[in-house]
Amino acid sequence: MRHFKSLIRPYLVWSFLLIIIPLLLIVLYSVTTGGNSLLNIQFTLDNFKKIADPIYRQVFLRSLKIGLITTLICLLLGYTLAYVISGFRERTQTTLILFVTIPMWINTLLRTYAWISLLSDNGVINSFLNRLGIGRMSIMYTDFAVILGMVCDLLPFMVIPIHTALAKMDKSLIEASYDLGANRRQTFWKVTFKLSIPGVINGLTMVFLLSISTFVIPKLLGGGQYVLIGNLIEKQFISVGDWNFGSAISLILAVAILIMIWATKKIDTSEGGER
Amino acid sequence: MKKRKKGFPILYIVLCFLFFYVPILVMMVFSFNSSRSLTRFEGFSLHWYEQLLADSEIMGAVSVSVSIAALATIISTVLGTLTAIGLSKTRRVLKEWLLNVNNLPIMNPDIVTAIGLMILFSSMKFDKGYMTMLLSHVLFCTPYVITSVYPKVRQFDDSLANAAMDLGASPFQTLIKVIVPCIKPGIFAGMLLAFTMSFDDFVVSYFVTGNGVQNISIIVYNMTKRTNPTINALSTIVIVVILVALLIGNVVPMLANKKKNGRLKEEER
Amino acid sequence: MADMGDCIIELRGITKNFDDQQVLRGIDLNIYENQFLTLLGPSGCGKTTILRIIAGFEEPSKGELLFNGIDIAKVPPYKREINTVFQKYALFPFLNVYDNVAFGLNIKKVDKSVIHQKVQKMLSLVGLDGFEKRDVTLLSGGQQQRVAIARALVNEPKVLLLDEPLSALDAKLRKEMQGELKKIQQEVGITFIFVTHDQEEALSMSDTVVVMNDGKIQQIGTPVDIYNEPENRFVADFIGESNIIEGNMIRDCLVKFDGYEFECVDKGFKENEEIEVVLRPEDIEIVAPEQANLVGEIISSVFKGVHYELIVKTAQREYKIHTTDIHEVGKKVGMVLDKEDIHVMYKMDY
Repeated sequence: MRHFKSLIRPYLVWSFLLIIIPLLLIVLYSVTTGGNSLLNIQFTLDNFKKIADPIYRQVFLRSLKIGLITTLICLLLGYTLAYVISGFRERTQTTLILFVTIPMWINTLLRTYAWISLLSDNGVINSFLNRLGIGRMSIMYTDFAVILGMVCDLLPFMVIPIHTALAKMDKSLIEASYDLGANRRQTFWKVTFKLSIPGVINGLTMVFLLSISTFVIPKLLGGGQYVLIGNLIEKQFISVGDWNFGSAISLILAVAILIMIWATKKIDTSEGGER
Repeated sequence: MKKRKKGFPILYIVLCFLFFYVPILVMMVFSFNSSRSLTRFEGFSLHWYEQLLADSEIMGAVSVSVSIAALATIISTVLGTLTAIGLSKTRRVLKEWLLNVNNLPIMNPDIVTAIGLMILFSSMKFDKGYMTMLLSHVLFCTPYVITSVYPKVRQFDDSLANAAMDLGASPFQTLIKVIVPCIKPGIFAGMLLAFTMSFDDFVVSYFVTGNGVQNISIIVYNMTKRTNPTINALSTIVIVVILVALLIGNVVPMLANKKKNGRLKEEER
Repeated sequence: MADMGDCIIELRGITKNFDDQQVLRGIDLNIYENQFLTLLGPSGCGKTTILRIIAGFEEPSKGELLFNGIDIAKVPPYKREINTVFQKYALFPFLNVYDNVAFGLNIKKVDKSVIHQKVQKMLSLVGLDGFEKRDVTLLSGGQQQRVAIARALVNEPKVLLLDEPLSALDAKLRKEMQGELKKIQQEVGITFIFVTHDQEEALSMSDTVVVMNDGKIQQIGTPVDIYNEPENRFVADFIGESNIIEGNMIRDCLVKFDGYEFECVDKGFKENEEIEVVLRPEDIEIVAPEQANLVGEIISSVFKGVHYELIVKTAQREYKIHTTDIHEVGKKVGMVLDKEDIHVMYKMDY
């Protein structure tokens, strides 16, 4: 087997060139000015200072708000769904979970596009409301539309880890709880929920991270004026051309997210260690 | 455990699944609509599919998506599998370092990976287009292949490789005839993941492409300004393709297992 | 004992280090054609490492490994005329019985009809006729064992290595396979190198036993020699049960321990050399106290199935004795020894 040690060499080179170097370039761009040419660069921290500008601060706060709301809704809907599914027979559970996962495999863009035809002013929902006599209402290009799209897109990421935690839970613990006189509500909060916390944390992180960095859903359902962090980055690179500022925002986003993942891993392992 | 009542659960699951699937189903239904309307179904027709096939721009995007996904899957599967095998024999420090680096593209937001590559390609003066897109897809697919193959490699019993060499197989023959068959489930899982990741990708492709090279996602993104039923037809086809791939990926191993278990029972008799 | 031919494998001064740890400390060993040789020792003694060096899975840190006089220490395993039966058999789970056995021949691109013939012959040698299409993962331990042996032997190696091949079987099956392995070895007429930590297995199957400890060879000899004439305390202790007593060699054929002189048959020690004496528990005879020098009191008696195990406490020590007679605890007894049953060994430095 020692013959196979050298097999990692190609990937070692590859990962250095295409993973490490691009990240270093983002760092380099974020602390320099001089446009997109490396020849006349100058070091500066202006790119980071610019973020404090109220216009951009607004964008960050809005992203955070939308991200948190999305995550919270996903938690409520997702936990309920995972819990409800875990009450079925094992084979039924597998099938139900398969149906939860299928949307994850389908292009986000197409799924979001599908929402447009439902939500738009002359879309399916509005014409339905119209026929009921309630009258049309503007759904597209609102916070509601964006959050709806995100929840639909990200809900599976919440359901799967929670269901995994619930499914691998030792059922005798619940029986023990009943046996010791706890009622259903007490058992749920003191046993079931506690044991599913690792799954909850996993789901929370994934949904939050994905919702805070997306730019497709806000663009399609929120319209051109709807700007979240992702859209801000996209603008810097595609239309404005200020790569340095774009890199600075990306760097902050990446670092924040990596720290969050690291922190949840820490919590996860320390929780595991207690047992 | 006490039997929970099934009334609310079933209702709730149905509602959630409606939430997931209604938009997709509406889109599929309207792809067969004879008129342009998105609210009234005015009769069955394959009009939009004809339009789709006649649209050279969309068909070009389809061929880009399919060929990039196929190539990226093949390359990343080979690269990822070899790396995973090598990793299990690597010193601890280097192994952990590489696994951490490998996790970066998985954990980083797509958009960060995308602009990193965009900056790299333009500072290297690479012509942005098909090749840069392919390289990028291999880049973000390989980590998924490694993460699904590596656990299988760790389960692999080294003495099987020793046995093969003991019986005269060269290291390469051992790799092909013994190691790969043993870790096949991981490789298939990785392939499936790589294919759908690549086929579904929008963010990375969007930033690293150029010179008019578009995949399906990019063309849909650019067309959303106006509702275009051709896109419904395209989506329907894409979703069916993905569903078939998933079916093959999930059902075939299940059937194989069943067959084996069936045989096991026969032996016991 | 089978007749042995020329020396086929020769280990000269082999050492092996893993990181900072030395697991082999200079091994010299000659292995002959048609020999059934067993490497015996506790786990971690280096016996498996020797096997892996001979197979080619490890390179020795120092020393030479000669195969028919040629150094093969750096030859990869797939170029050696040696095959191995692995501890947990290492059968390829994705191949059936036939394809497992045919693996080596397929690699060598042997003609299909020849492969068929050889595989069939080998399967009938190990008693698995009709098992060709079976899934190896569904076979019993004993059957898997046979497939592993067939898979190795079908390549007609000069030497077969067996790495604790019986350890995964239950006691009854193990006994059966011991006899069968010996029979197969005599039938195919090649060298078997067998690794085990089970002394009974080693003694009942081998022509030659190599007792190892701590990376060194302790003794090489026939099973009878190893049992009756252990060269040092480790061998005596490891092989069978024994009472080991420190003493002095007065002169040839006269040894003194526990205050008394005893006649023995050992020669060649220095006068008054400090030595150790091995007394096998079944060799000590119990007599009335007046008839013996060594006297003591029985402090425990445990029934072991065929015999009783008695512990007799004397002024100096406790003796372990195996006897088929019944003795009461608390009884005073004397112990006598036949001169052939007193085994004198060199004292080991610890």
